[in-house]
Amino acid sequence: MKFGIVVFPGTWSDRDCYYSVHNICGQDAVYIWHKETDLAGCDCVILPGGFSYGDYLRTGAIARFSPVMDSVAAYSKQGRPVIGICNGFQVLCEANLLPGVLRQNEHLQYRCQWTYLKTENNTTPFTHKCKKGQVLKIPISHYEGRYYAGDGVIKELEDGGRVAFRYGTPGGEITAEANPNGALNNIAGIVNKQGNVLGMMPHPERSCEDILGSSDGNIIWESIIAGI
Amino acid sequence: MPASKEQLAEIALSRREYNVIVSQLGREPTEVELGMFGSLWSEHCGYKHSKSLLKLFPTSGRYVLIKPGEENAGVIDIGDGRVIGFKIESHNHPSYIEPYQGAATGVGGIVRDIFTMGLRPIALSNSLRFGPLSDPHNRYLMGGVVGGIAGYGNCLGIADVCGEIYFDKCYSGNPLVNALCLGIGRAEDLTRARASGEGNLIMLVGADTGRDGLHGASGLASRTFEEQRELRSAVQVGNPFMEKLLIEACLELTRTGWIVGLQDCGAAGLTSAAIEAADKGDSGLDIDVARVPRREKGMTPYEVMLSESQERMVVIVKKGYEDRVKGLFDRWGLHSDIIGKVTGDGMATIRDGGQVVAHAPVKYLNTPPAYRFRPKRPAWLDELQTLDFKKIKDMAPKDTGRALLRLLGAPNICSKRPVFRQYDHQVGNNSVVLPGEGDAAVLRIQETDRAYTLVTDGNGRYCYVNPWIGGVIAVAEAARNTACTGARPMAITNCLNFGNPERNDVMYQMHQCIRGMSQACRKLRTPVVSGNVSLYNETRGVAIFPTPVVGMVGLIRDVKCHCTAGFKSEGDAVFLLGGPGDDLSLGSSEYLELVHGQVRGSLSIDLNAEKSLHDLLIRAIGRGLLRSAHDCSDGGLAVALAESCIIADIGFRGTLPVNGRLDAALFGEAQSRAVVSISPGAVRRLEEMAFKHGVPVTRLGVVGGSRFILKGLSDLPVAELKQAWSNGL
Repeated sequence: MKFGIVVFPGTWSDRDCYYSVHNICGQDAVYIWHKETDLAGCDCVILPGGFSYGDYLRTGAIARFSPVMDSVAAYSKQGRPVIGICNGFQVLCEANLLPGVLRQNEHLQYRCQWTYLKTENNTTPFTHKCKKGQVLKIPISHYEGRYYAGDGVIKELEDGGRVAFRYGTPGGEITAEANPNGALNNIAGIVNKQGNVLGMMPHPERSCEDILGSSDGNIIWESIIAGI
Repeated sequence: MPASKEQLAEIALSRREYNVIVSQLGREPTEVELGMFGSLWSEHCGYKHSKSLLKLFPTSGRYVLIKPGEENAGVIDIGDGRVIGFKIESHNHPSYIEPYQGAATGVGGIVRDIFTMGLRPIALSNSLRFGPLSDPHNRYLMGGVVGGIAGYGNCLGIADVCGEIYFDKCYSGNPLVNALCLGIGRAEDLTRARASGEGNLIMLVGADTGRDGLHGASGLASRTFEEQRELRSAVQVGNPFMEKLLIEACLELTRTGWIVGLQDCGAAGLTSAAIEAADKGDSGLDIDVARVPRREKGMTPYEVMLSESQERMVVIVKKGYEDRVKGLFDRWGLHSDIIGKVTGDGMATIRDGGQVVAHAPVKYLNTPPAYRFRPKRPAWLDELQTLDFKKIKDMAPKDTGRALLRLLGAPNICSKRPVFRQYDHQVGNNSVVLPGEGDAAVLRIQETDRAYTLVTDGNGRYCYVNPWIGGVIAVAEAARNTACTGARPMAITNCLNFGNPERNDVMYQMHQCIRGMSQACRKLRTPVVSGNVSLYNETRGVAIFPTPVVGMVGLIRDVKCHCTAGFKSEGDAVFLLGGPGDDLSLGSSEYLELVHGQVRGSLSIDLNAEKSLHDLLIRAIGRGLLRSAHDCSDGGLAVALAESCIIADIGFRGTLPVNGRLDAALFGEAQSRAVVSISPGAVRRLEEMAFKHGVPVTRLGVVGGSRFILKGLSDLPVAELKQAWSNGL
């Protein structure tokens, strides 16, 4: 299969995503420059981490207006898989492809650390290879990762099983201490109503090899690959 | 009309230097020329006080491709056609005046030095010094500096993989912010910073030019802060997004063959970028400042030539390729403008439209005077090196636990996690050993089996008490940290932070430190490939500790055979490699300062023993023999052992060798030692190997349980040690 990796001028996880899906998982991958609009031939679109257009304004607020995002929206409406990681998650929220926003971390500091994600829904195209409740060791790296939405939206997400991942302990307990940024309900990743768009703050592309400390991120790529 | 006293003071040139300029030119310099001379002859650009000393460093070796001073950074060959370029640089003075932007632009500047050479920047490190955090202003400075490093570096997508932070009151009025960047690439992609080929075009790319950072080189970096002047405008403001665009665009450009040279605008802005490039290319240049895009109206040619606006690059474009180069930058959304051309007359001609505002030989401009110095051993050193043991009460066995907790929680020893978790240390998918896990960062080299290591080290207190031995130890400790990961040390970069060079005692400190570092570099075979000098680090006449900082790169042949600092498994045997320390090892230790409030005593190191230890560590780790390795440094043996437990959340039970004083046995900082753990079955092999290398081995105890037990001395839960260690900042 072929992954399409969207590159904004300030994106920096593009090469890591490429490396993990191509060199580790053995799949084709192409970069899609933000001024391009052609997603033909891509079986899954990745919006990687970074600072899209500098993000001096709200993160992702400018990226949503880029030419490629119209195509990503149309692509997702066809029910095809789109995964937004970190800045990609922020962009998906700004583009209204996912509900809610990513606010500044509660402690107002950047955080780069390992997190333990409890898989809350293992029926999505991105998680169906996970066991129910499986804990994945995947790192975060962000300043604006505190997921927030109004009560109604949170209820809708929770009731609809749309919370894909929650920050927890290595044993899978959901505790306040395990929440690295103050996200509501420890939310680390959510899917849209159709289940084909995933946004997550942690970086699966950084945890695909044991030598780097974890290969748990692979299970997300493998789920996508198996579903195509 | 000769320049006024005020004019010369503004650019930190002496009357004598001015007279040299007049006699070389055969006339009074114009205002623009004077400004250009002032910056290029500043300590920051011209190294006029340090050049003669820097010659003492060994700079060649089997791995060295590009030596100090030849290009923006030194380069070493790591095999398979791959090269690593790295350099450390200070941004001390700007960071004191405006900590966030000062530190941020420090990162920006050092990153530009690396990608200017055609290498992709992939790792950052930083070495920081502040005054005690009990003073809110120091806390503010640290918060700003760390925020600035994070804010800028994280946006670029370069992993910030290691660093060090120390606190002492001597840094209260003058924090140190030294930033290191490392880049990797292929030998054939190396790009030079030179302007050559008559008729080739000079292009300015990136940010527009503003009034920020005027006199950064001459005013900030080349004098002390005695005068209470408003210097904030001399600090630049960074735009990391622009820098990210420049990285990608310039790396693409260096692979096209359309350019002859690339140079960043750092200290002294367009002046130093253009003049240094022309000098390296034995060329002249003709620049029209009217063609330089500005941020604001009304800027004079003087301001344009001296602005230190960030994120600007000078590109020397082959004639006929200018449209292609412009097209490439356009695609990245970057402005690029042709501002002049390379000439064959050896003159720097600066115009403002039709009017020539400067016309001076490039060679004159770029040949600052080199001062001879008269180092004088300060009388107070003798007194400082004595230690009256009778006046220092040894500790009772029952007090050792409390002392250990106190040391573990000391800012100079405790966990730096509150800082490094603000830096993205994993981007790039190379980080094998993360901050806090090992003695040095280990990064794999993609598509090979190999890895390189990076570490920064420096101990100002040691250098204050004994500048020569302190200099030796700065290099030795970096190499020991490197060896504790299993890597062979390859080369170093250094940042020399000292006080006012016009003082004899400061020059003595500098001379001795450099002598010591050079001696260690020779012995440990780690030539100096790049570096930076930061002088005038003092406030109100009080100099900082002499603080040379070493950044070292090492190589691991097989990434799978590397080592970290934490113990691994229950039942593993724990050994001390290296000789037992004596009472003198209390001298200038962290313990002595923390508990007895004294910074004094002697220092010693045996470089032969040091080298043997490294060889043993590298061999034993390379053969997969060691489960963990951690060097004994600040806080001595007891702290090293405790850290190996804390990192791994596992206990230890054993005995420490005590030959004299108890405090010295636990917390003395004898050099050339490491704590290692191995599986019980491998003990004999380790002992044999150590014997062959002539390294003493002492069995200390065994890994296991959840308590840290030093028999007859202390028995504490590891959780309690961890609590103290984790909350020191």
